[in-house]
Amino acid sequence: MGRWTEAAAAGGGASAASSAGPPCTPLPLPASSPGGAATMAFSEEDGSNGGASEASEEREAPGRRRRLGWAATAWLTFYNIAMTAGWLVLAITMVRFYMEKGTHKGLYKSIQKTLKFFQTFALLEIVHCLIGIVPTSVLVAGVQVSSRIFMVWLITHSIKPIQNEESVVLFLVAWTVTEITRYSFYTFSLLNHLPYFIKWARYNFFIILYPVGVAGELLTIYAALPHVKKSGMYSIRLPNKYNISFDYYYFLLITMASYIPLFPQLYFYMLRQRRKVLHGEVIVEKDD
Amino acid sequence: MKHYEVEILDAKTREKLCFLDKVEPHATIAEIKNLFTKSQGKSLKDEDVLQKLPVGTTATLYFRDLGAQISWVTVFLTEYTGPLFIYLLFYFRVPFIYGHKYDFTSSRHTVVHLACICHSFHYVKRLLETLFVHRFSHGTMPLRNIFKNCTYYWGFAAWMAYYINHPLYTPPTYGAQQVKLALAIFVICQLGNFSIHMALRDLRPAGSKTRKIPYPTKNPFTWLFLLVSCPNYTYEMGSWIGFAIMTQCLPVALFSLAGFIQMTIWAKGKHRSYLKEFRDYPPLRMPIIPFLL
Repeated sequence: MGRWTEAAAAGGGASAASSAGPPCTPLPLPASSPGGAATMAFSEEDGSNGGASEASEEREAPGRRRRLGWAATAWLTFYNIAMTAGWLVLAITMVRFYMEKGTHKGLYKSIQKTLKFFQTFALLEIVHCLIGIVPTSVLVAGVQVSSRIFMVWLITHSIKPIQNEESVVLFLVAWTVTEITRYSFYTFSLLNHLPYFIKWARYNFFIILYPVGVAGELLTIYAALPHVKKSGMYSIRLPNKYNISFDYYYFLLITMASYIPLFPQLYFYMLRQRRKVLHGEVIVEKDD
Repeated sequence: MKHYEVEILDAKTREKLCFLDKVEPHATIAEIKNLFTKSQGKSLKDEDVLQKLPVGTTATLYFRDLGAQISWVTVFLTEYTGPLFIYLLFYFRVPFIYGHKYDFTSSRHTVVHLACICHSFHYVKRLLETLFVHRFSHGTMPLRNIFKNCTYYWGFAAWMAYYINHPLYTPPTYGAQQVKLALAIFVICQLGNFSIHMALRDLRPAGSKTRKIPYPTKNPFTWLFLLVSCPNYTYEMGSWIGFAIMTQCLPVALFSLAGFIQMTIWAKGKHRSYLKEFRDYPPLRMPIIPFLL
């Protein structure tokens, strides 16, 4: 009986049929003559073609490149360039304000229109996931964008007294640096010319920026609490004909508490992604 | 004819993934990929016979650890007993929920008492069905599901019960008319839901796991099978809509919406499996809402 095993060699290959079972490594088995060794390859690519969001990356097996139509590629390229530009403008405005005024008071007011515009525009990222031109799950993108929208519209926009808090500057700086890095990363990936330092920045800056941003956000919400309690804003009391009540103050407390389980999960996820992408580690995820 | 033995290893870990013996020499790589897929693909059923499996004389069975499991019956009983009990805590206005002056007082609105009866009846019915009616395809589900499911059921039950039994509860805008109509909808849908459960049970003999297309029976409630694949979900939706109208309580409406979304996902999945499994599946049927969804 003959025995025919594969020898490992570098080269390109198409992937084999993947099974419906547990995450099975697709075996690229290109056709080759029976006498020779079948080649196989496994290109571990940084397959962030369409751009995944901050804390969750591509779910597909590496090596499976997304095939985007020209329209989707064009749109995503435009979108990512526009967002990079927008956050750059924000950053420059903030720096100039501080250089001219020497204080952070009034900083939020001067950038609020730009911030609201570009952060709200990011809602489109959920649509990108919905229509499948970006490989991130809708849920993850939704959570990401929603938390930003929440901070911008339901906290800093609505609760004016806290706009001059230092904590606001803290998260604004974190967001700005993060977003400029993230959007330029996606832009370069789409153009297939990703400079290593952008990839390095994307997978290293978060180590500091994430905790800084979270601290800024939590401190800001905390500062807002007394104002919310006093004004009773965004709240419904009983009795009313729909028999429901909502207390924004307690909602904010619960939101702050929810950072405790959520933040570590996202942070460690990014750390795992970092090890995979920058150091080529093979990380075997626990089988759910 | 000389056969080949083919051993397929994982490219990265060098782990032995599959061993195919008796591979014909003129088999193409495509055919080998197929054999590999089939041997790795769908889970085997308890009833499968060894001889009939697409393996050679040496069968390699792959064991997949599903993690900690818990029986469906246990999960159902736990997730349904919670709401039954929790609602009553609010109904009897047990201390520390509402202000102390309301402890153990009773609502002066008839609809509040009616709501308690309906809610309790609903969950008692579910418990009895779990014990005596349902025939489950799978024995177990992952353990973490019990935490997820109980949080959902118990959480929503507490949320709804809090408002319906609140001292400041506002009864429905259109009064007794609204309550009567909604109650009728609720009762009809409960009967409908039960009829469907009985019809599904009768499709499958005790202890078996056969699957057949459900059809309308003499019971008029089952005639909904003509139009939908999962009339049990349709009736369940109807019950909760009835309960929401009866109590005019937004949390109930939100609970109904959440349930609707989940049941639609399940109904679509079930509908798809029916279509895949049975060539002669009635084409008029929609998954959950006649003609629409």
